[in-house]
Amino acid sequence: MAGALILLPLAMAAVCAALPSRRWRVWLLPATALAHLTLTVGALSRPELGVGSEWLVLDPPGRVILLAVSVVFLISSCYAVGDLRLRPDRPNRVFCACWLGVLGVMTLVTWSHHLGLLWVAIEATTLVTAPLIYFNHTQRSIEATWKYLLVGSVGIALALLGTFFLAYASLSAGFESLTFEDLLSHAPKLSKPWLHAAFVLLLVGYGTKMGLAPMHSWKPDAYGEAPGGVGAVLAGCVTSCAFLAILRVYHICNAAGEGAYAARRLMVLGLFSMAVAGLFMIGQRDFKRMLAYSSVEHMGILVLGLGIGAPALFGTLLHVLTNGLTKGALFLSAENIQRVYDSKSTERVSGALRQLPGSGALFFAGFLAITGSPPFGPFISEFAILNGAFAAGRFAVGGLFLFFLLIVFIGMGMTVLQVVQGPGGPGGRGDPEGTEPGAAHQPARRDELLTTLPVAGFMALVLLLGLYIPAPVTALLNDAVRFLETRP
Amino acid sequence: MADLVNALLVIVLVLNLFALGTSRIIRVIRTVAVQGALLGLLPLLVHEHITLSVIMVSAAAIALKGIAIPAIMIHALRDVRIKREVEPLISLLTSIILGALASAAALLFAGRLPLASQHAGTLLVPAAIANVIVGFIFLTTRFKALSQVVGYLVVENGIFTFGMLLIEAMPLIVEMGVLLDLFVGIFVTCIIVNRINRAFSSTDTRLLVALKG
Repeated sequence: MAGALILLPLAMAAVCAALPSRRWRVWLLPATALAHLTLTVGALSRPELGVGSEWLVLDPPGRVILLAVSVVFLISSCYAVGDLRLRPDRPNRVFCACWLGVLGVMTLVTWSHHLGLLWVAIEATTLVTAPLIYFNHTQRSIEATWKYLLVGSVGIALALLGTFFLAYASLSAGFESLTFEDLLSHAPKLSKPWLHAAFVLLLVGYGTKMGLAPMHSWKPDAYGEAPGGVGAVLAGCVTSCAFLAILRVYHICNAAGEGAYAARRLMVLGLFSMAVAGLFMIGQRDFKRMLAYSSVEHMGILVLGLGIGAPALFGTLLHVLTNGLTKGALFLSAENIQRVYDSKSTERVSGALRQLPGSGALFFAGFLAITGSPPFGPFISEFAILNGAFAAGRFAVGGLFLFFLLIVFIGMGMTVLQVVQGPGGPGGRGDPEGTEPGAAHQPARRDELLTTLPVAGFMALVLLLGLYIPAPVTALLNDAVRFLETRP
Repeated sequence: MADLVNALLVIVLVLNLFALGTSRIIRVIRTVAVQGALLGLLPLLVHEHITLSVIMVSAAAIALKGIAIPAIMIHALRDVRIKREVEPLISLLTSIILGALASAAALLFAGRLPLASQHAGTLLVPAAIANVIVGFIFLTTRFKALSQVVGYLVVENGIFTFGMLLIEAMPLIVEMGVLLDLFVGIFVTCIIVNRINRAFSSTDTRLLVALKG
């Protein structure tokens, strides 16, 4: 099962690279993603399939992330078909191959039970996504790709050093291993100084990949310049994979009896990310950069929830799902708006609700959802995390959490309202300088079925998770919480 | 064997200072290539039993760090037609002094770390820490895109050195995966360097300031 799930997207990526027809190539994206989701559901429903080898094991937290990745990826792939059709000016061979390659390496992340292999897979996600961010081939996208590659690679290099430190902590304890099972079962014996150093390095390294402040500098650039579908995959899937890595490290620390040490650092970093995101969102004119800061905020919420510990774990894992789906809706609808207005600045974009009733409304609904308004999914998960904070007796943390949510709501609300309100019609028609190569093919200035339906799909799932969490999903999340709580 | 390892690591540390002290980028790349090739010999010297996997790791490290990666970087350098790091943030002399201080600090710091008894006498840990710091000096004080890539490579060399303390934790396939990631990473980065040059007519990363806020 592990082999099929990981190799299928990689094989299809090779097919994409070899296929001469650009029209048929794009259809391979949703087809592969659908096959992947089918296999994923199969693997989730039959836990005995979850053991591939000593290094490839699909444990309960891995299942949650795999589900989130597969669902977000499928909907984004459907969107990519419509999106690429509207961009006939750009070759799509590299894009399609890398797009499917990302799915393969992300699946490897969710299965990895060897921390070295986990590192290799996460570094690979950086490399495979770089050409996706570069898709537009403009000066701005070069700058974004450069920062993404350099900051990402250096950050991840620190995570490798942290991984080696962890291995050294085990060497001092008399066994030498980087497999998750070994580290977990011998955790109390790990050398404490090396474990502490390893935790900090791994948190900084994988935190860079997640985009936690202050290591988030690449994020607004990369998300701002990447095509919308790529933004959805980065914010909904890749960051969740990096979170899984931090989850694993936290689990080992907890088993080693160093849970308090890890928790304090996670909570500080989480609250700091929320604060920084809130500050940068106020007065933000670029609505895609605003979404990137929103992603910084929600990564902060995830590590905060992890730091609060047991009472908040259910909410945190649920938040991986709800955040991923809502980010999908936001990035895709933002791309639709950007395409029609040919701008992502509130100076030129207003009245999206009139111009694009579908995408505009979905963008607005996505904003309400991501800021934690009922009846959407993130409300449930954020409320569960807040409840957990109070249940754990961390009233100051809970209070700050609420305060930062409020700041984000105000900051994000100002920008979003400027985008959706006002009289319809773009501020400046088309591209006055004529610098965009696609200027000759003006896309339709209204909602397109292929690029609006996927957004609606995302929002439907977000609403569903807000009103009623299906029993199998609840069971999946509870399994993961139990797995994280047990000490060997 | 330990003496040989230490002698090699002293050369590695001196090469760091040499790389910090030259402004000709091609010479920096060649210096780091020699450093990478020397580090590639380490697995053969450190491990008591030379197995096939040790030989393969060593060969792959020498081939990639010593030959392939520098070749790609020199190719990129020719494409963008630059020769020197013109205005580093701090002067070359200052960066040599900083590098030397970093190496000394790493030596002192490593002496206080709780090392396993078999590693007490080697320079592996201080060399690893010194390389990581020197790499960060490159990353933060040089502005040509390729100099920053060199910084990343020096950091990676430091981490590779630390990995020599571990024998069983990193199996062959994972070790190869790490090297492959490094290689592909530098390859993709060099392509982007080339595009930066085409779009901005320079590889000075200080020009990359359009995206703010």
